[in-house]
Amino acid sequence: MAAKTRVVTRAGRRRREAIAGLLFVAPATVGFLAFYLLPTVRAFQISLTDWSLLRAPNVVGLANYRRMIGDPAFWHSAWVTLTYVLYNIPLQTALGLLLAVLSDRLARSVALRAVIIAPYLMSNVVAGLVWMLLLDPILGLTNAWLAHVGLPRQGFLSSPDEAMASVAAISIWRNTGLTALLFYAGLQAIPKHLYEAARLEGADEWSMFRRITLPLLRPVLAFVLVTSLVGSFQVFDVIAVTTEGGPAQSTRAILWYIYENAFKFHKMGYASAISVTLFSVLILVTLLQMRLLRADHSDLD
Amino acid sequence: MTKLSPQAFLGYAILALFVVLSLLPLWMSLKIGLSYPTDVFGDAERLGMTSLTFGNVLRVMGLPSDIQLTAFRAAPIDFTVALRNSLIYTVLTVTGQIFFSALAGYAFARMRFPGRDLLFFAFLAAAMIPGIVLFIPNFILVKDLGLLNTFAGMVAPTILMTPFAVFFLRQFFMTAPKELDEAARLEGASAFQIFWRVALPIQKGPIATLAILLTINSWNDFFWPFLVGRDPDVRVMAVALADFISQTGRGTPDWTGLMAAVTLSTIPVLVMLVVFGRQIVESLQTSGMK
Repeated sequence: MAAKTRVVTRAGRRRREAIAGLLFVAPATVGFLAFYLLPTVRAFQISLTDWSLLRAPNVVGLANYRRMIGDPAFWHSAWVTLTYVLYNIPLQTALGLLLAVLSDRLARSVALRAVIIAPYLMSNVVAGLVWMLLLDPILGLTNAWLAHVGLPRQGFLSSPDEAMASVAAISIWRNTGLTALLFYAGLQAIPKHLYEAARLEGADEWSMFRRITLPLLRPVLAFVLVTSLVGSFQVFDVIAVTTEGGPAQSTRAILWYIYENAFKFHKMGYASAISVTLFSVLILVTLLQMRLLRADHSDLD
Repeated sequence: MTKLSPQAFLGYAILALFVVLSLLPLWMSLKIGLSYPTDVFGDAERLGMTSLTFGNVLRVMGLPSDIQLTAFRAAPIDFTVALRNSLIYTVLTVTGQIFFSALAGYAFARMRFPGRDLLFFAFLAAAMIPGIVLFIPNFILVKDLGLLNTFAGMVAPTILMTPFAVFFLRQFFMTAPKELDEAARLEGASAFQIFWRVALPIQKGPIATLAILLTINSWNDFFWPFLVGRDPDVRVMAVALADFISQTGRGTPDWTGLMAAVTLSTIPVLVMLVVFGRQIVESLQTSGMK
């Protein structure tokens, strides 16, 4: 009798726990279904239609994807985005690493790190506007300083040849502090006795960096590289406030092109096809990250 | 006193350069924002203040000011309203997201219910979907619901969960001791009481860390509010700044007004950085340690 009651209460408790658990996840699940799962499915559906939002969508199959492959403006925006990524990632990573190593070795104060992180706390919009002022051909500090070292006045954001590099420089200014902070946290996990041992054997700074720091930092390096890579492909905010894709389409990055198609030309289908394509590319990048991270799992052992 | 090696000297010099490069742009925007419009030209190189006035700040806040620009240059954007909107948007998304993500994270970590692991895996997979894929269908949904230009529409996609917040909190609930939960259960506390009175208060530290990370993101959000919240009544700072620059024109912007507005947006953040510097730095440092 007693055993039977215990069985019943245990089953009852299980059921109550299951009901409570489902209630607990219910609000988040509504958010997930309505704003993650449903829109992902709809993005694929919309990409197969010709839809201006004014009339009912018209199913056109893969026409949007075929059009994309033959659209020089799409390839131009892909190319422009790639140049941005190639400016951004190597410089931001190298500068972040330099900054992290220097503050780890020379100045471990939290105040320094707070100063270094200040630009990241500003929005991309603020960073874009502040640098529009500094890079202004007439009023800007940058050109005034260039003149002192005998260099001619540069157009920066207003020059088709320099605009994308300028946008990249603005992003580097804003994000290097965060990159450095993540590397700094990674450096704290490296046992200090490794450096002491290396120093006893007469190793110099550069060989310690190459033999100890870099290999042991690789998991953090992989994480930072891929998150900043995925972020870089989606550059938008700075372009939206500084150049709006110009001058002469030189900063029409892929997200700006998607935005124009969807919200200026009202081609929801075509815009969705490009965003689904971008999604596929970014998934490949992310899977690559996972492999990199797992491959480096045992470096500290 | 030990002598600095040439290597260390070079290292300190580079660090100093980074500090200057981080702060100088913010200082220059402050300087222009607090100058008379007539002092901006021919003064590009000067690092110190030429003049000091709060007139620009007052005029972009829609308050009476001694600085009057001609009607064409003076864009009628009220940054007092934009500041209020940023505050509402940030408070709603951060508190809502933390509360509902904590509920879900706790259930995923501690409770047994059908479909738990599949659902959690789906949440995690959602973290890989880039914003732009979601923005177009979400924009259409919010528009169909009649929620364009409302706070409800602006906060809808993030107030109930983000994959990051759920994952982050689940990790901490996983490692917390279970004995307290059991003791409360034996005393007859309901599941929600256990969560609210016992499990949640232990996680004060991680929740503060998450709140800092989410506040930085929400305060700086641009793309989504730019799509669905353009009306002056709901427009946040970042969107108002972008609208200000497109109204006054990129060629000859109203620099002093623009930088006064930029200053309004950066000063609260810098004050927070001075007060909570250590917590902000430590929170950001953990954000890469998954």
